[in-house]
Amino acid sequence: MKNRLLPLTTIVVMFAVAAHAQQIGNPTTQQGITGTRGVYVIRNARIVTVSGPEIENGTVVIREGKIEAVGANVTVPAGAQQIDASGMSVYPGMIDVATAMGLVEVPQGAAGTVDTAEVGDTNPNAQAIVAVNPHSAHIGVTRVDGITAVVTMPQGGLISGQAALINLNGTTPREMAVVPSVALVINFPRVARGFGDREFSVETQGNQNITEAMNQVNQQIEQLRKLLRDAEAYGRAQDAYARDPKLPRPDTNIELASLVPFVRGERPVVLRANRETEIRGAIRFADEMKLKAIILGGEDSPKVASLLKEKNVPVILTGTLSLPLREDDYYDALYEAASRLQAAGVRFCISTGNSGAGVRNLPLYAGMSAAFGLSKEEALKAVTLYPAQIMNVADRMGSIEPGKIANLVVTDGDLLEVRTHVRYLFIDGVRLPLTSRHTELYDAFKDRK
Amino acid sequence: MKRLTILVLAVIGLCVLGFERTRAQKAPAPPETLIRNGTVLTITHGVLANTDVLIRRGKIAAIGKNLKAAADARVIDATGKYVMPGIIDCHSHSMLDAINEGTVSVSSMARTRDVLNPNDADLYRELAGGVTTLNLLHGSANSIGGQTTTVKIKYGRPVEDFIFPGAPPGIKFALGENPKRSSSTPQAGQQRRYPATRMGVEETIRDAFVRARDYKKSWDEYRAAVAKGDKNAIPPRRDLQLEPLVEILEGKRYVHSHCYRADEILMLINIADEFGFKVRTFQHVLEGYKVAKEIAQHGAGASTFADFWGYKIEAYDAIAYNTAIMVRHGVVTSVNSDSNERARRLNIEAAKAMRYGDLTEEEALKLITMNPAWQLGVQDRVGSIEVGKDADLAIWTAHPLSVYARVETTFVDGEVFFDRQQDIARRTELEKERATLEQAEPNRPANRGPAPGAPRGRRPSDLDDDMWEGRP
Repeated sequence: MKNRLLPLTTIVVMFAVAAHAQQIGNPTTQQGITGTRGVYVIRNARIVTVSGPEIENGTVVIREGKIEAVGANVTVPAGAQQIDASGMSVYPGMIDVATAMGLVEVPQGAAGTVDTAEVGDTNPNAQAIVAVNPHSAHIGVTRVDGITAVVTMPQGGLISGQAALINLNGTTPREMAVVPSVALVINFPRVARGFGDREFSVETQGNQNITEAMNQVNQQIEQLRKLLRDAEAYGRAQDAYARDPKLPRPDTNIELASLVPFVRGERPVVLRANRETEIRGAIRFADEMKLKAIILGGEDSPKVASLLKEKNVPVILTGTLSLPLREDDYYDALYEAASRLQAAGVRFCISTGNSGAGVRNLPLYAGMSAAFGLSKEEALKAVTLYPAQIMNVADRMGSIEPGKIANLVVTDGDLLEVRTHVRYLFIDGVRLPLTSRHTELYDAFKDRK
Repeated sequence: MKRLTILVLAVIGLCVLGFERTRAQKAPAPPETLIRNGTVLTITHGVLANTDVLIRRGKIAAIGKNLKAAADARVIDATGKYVMPGIIDCHSHSMLDAINEGTVSVSSMARTRDVLNPNDADLYRELAGGVTTLNLLHGSANSIGGQTTTVKIKYGRPVEDFIFPGAPPGIKFALGENPKRSSSTPQAGQQRRYPATRMGVEETIRDAFVRARDYKKSWDEYRAAVAKGDKNAIPPRRDLQLEPLVEILEGKRYVHSHCYRADEILMLINIADEFGFKVRTFQHVLEGYKVAKEIAQHGAGASTFADFWGYKIEAYDAIAYNTAIMVRHGVVTSVNSDSNERARRLNIEAAKAMRYGDLTEEEALKLITMNPAWQLGVQDRVGSIEVGKDADLAIWTAHPLSVYARVETTFVDGEVFFDRQQDIARRTELEKERATLEQAEPNRPANRGPAPGAPRGRRPSDLDDDMWEGRP
């Protein structure tokens, strides 16, 4: 908390005192205080590049939103704002690729703030980027703990919609967007009822017996198959018409049109599946439909490791801090899931799977995996480089390399440790104040006598 | 015939009991355990490097360097490891499959003690996180809820063994959204339960204490009459709802009150002052940071979430700095789980107060040891590593406030109830057993009758009281 911009803090505190009471949103960003872009130099720091070796005493140069240079012997550009980071470490910002950030403010008792699940089973053209609230309090609270980008995704029905990859700063959704449509989200049908899916409570079945439930799952898979085949056919028809306008003009169908890039394997499809049978089913289905699949959830994924590796399907592991699925599962089944995937050569990353308020705990999800078998280096990659690779943005983020987006976190210790503090924060080359709705309430009340 | 049956049953019963006894005797706890050369986090007397802890008959017998143990003592080398007291979770619903007697708003007659399930598998997982003591609370649907139970996690033992001997009795209160039932929809034809506002919650509690005060007066008058030798004095009719409230007025039963907003915290302090009792802990108390001064003045403790926020309107002003602000204002503060999941990693939850608000290591550790011990009135028995205290402790692979730390062994009353190496060693055997059971498919319907239900995502007891309040 030491290195906050002082005048800014004063403004922010004044505002917080005036407006703290039960206000929905983040006063800082509502005021348009989103930091400043410029040329920055972070000096004398330990630089954890993630993609390459650590630099014990190095420099990072930031210009126009990008990392311009990094190394032990870098020329400092004239006129740059300098940050002496002696005794500190620079990390790439963490990335959580399974959240509902900005789509929900208060999940219970304030339905008006919930925009996560559309009506109906299939909503492929529901786009998260349209409904992201850039002024959500969750955004500030999350980024000051070093998470600089997230994938925010719709949650409902069978086909939930399209997820967006966003930086956690900006006044409009478009300013935040890194990839406005980064993946299609499908809740792969499952045989289970009730509160099965943690934060994303997908209750597709009522109180059924096992036969009925299995029949329903088969029907739902058939429904998906039919819709995706229709989209394939639609794409072919549109292409044919584009080549030969003498053909009968196919009617425009925005639902099918939105599916075309996904059924052609041009963009990934995230399939939510946790139990072994669901994961196997999802992989088989993706294989049959030639989808570029990513498994989301993946609690039983270590049991399916060889198939995942064979089909080169990556896993977004969200349950490392969940209770094991079954009463007789080993107590550490999910603590060690990441390490088992890594040992088996499966591509994976670690996510909170949390809708928003808990996303700031991402480093702890990775750290716990490191307490149970994963190396610390792999744990760090699992929340930086690996999520970037899985979402096809590793050319733009996930490590400290010249040319990448300047999403950087300067800390006073190990990024994954609980007691570590973030000292400086850059998102898209913008230096952000380390304030959030929570620090503002803290400042307003900490010295009340 | 009937007699014969009873006789047979009795004989079977005795055999089973006998068997249980033999089994228990087969693996008797070693008379002494010596944990050697660990870093001992005593909590009350600092951090002791390269120190031994000697356990004898369930108690901590000695702490020091190069301690000698009996020849048959179990010796554990804790070189490079950390020894800390068993973690105390001041807000748990483990062992309880039902937590809310939600039909009335004063359910002080309901007792968690009557419905404890010692086979809750999550208890073992909590032991694996170094937790040894739980405050088992009634739910938060009632302004005055049911009676709490303090237990030690003696997983694998009959339920009687779990009860923490001599722990003061407690009771759950609840303020705000949950007792006013704002997130539960009455079914068709069902009337909304009183109260429906924070005004009504206050009135409900006040009304109950007015009745309890009168009830206590009736008994006091009766006892005085009997003491004077009045043979015709008629005892008042016993009231199971008011009895626990009289115990509160007499300072014999601790109030643990669920609350969120600053205004409702002050409301309960005012009632308590008016009726002359103390609130032992405010639970959740997410806006405690706004009125930390008043909580400290009242002398109440606070048991809060580390950083859980925003899941409902009354949790929207919750901040992770809550713990630190309350500690700095002199409130005896603990960090709790209210969840079988979070209960497994309260060490990390406590460490969050170092990130948010810069508590020291010792202050952070107290949040899950000495402070909750005081809140439950068992501070003379547990919560620190001191000679004479119960040997409830855990051995960690790294400093327990590190995210990279893992529990190796957990002791309750000097006995091992979790050991990671033993757990791993048993897995091959368990895999075989699982395969045999799956082969047998004991649940397959025999050609008739309905198919079994689709599996539940999770056992209902996993539901956090607060997240799912009012849901089916």
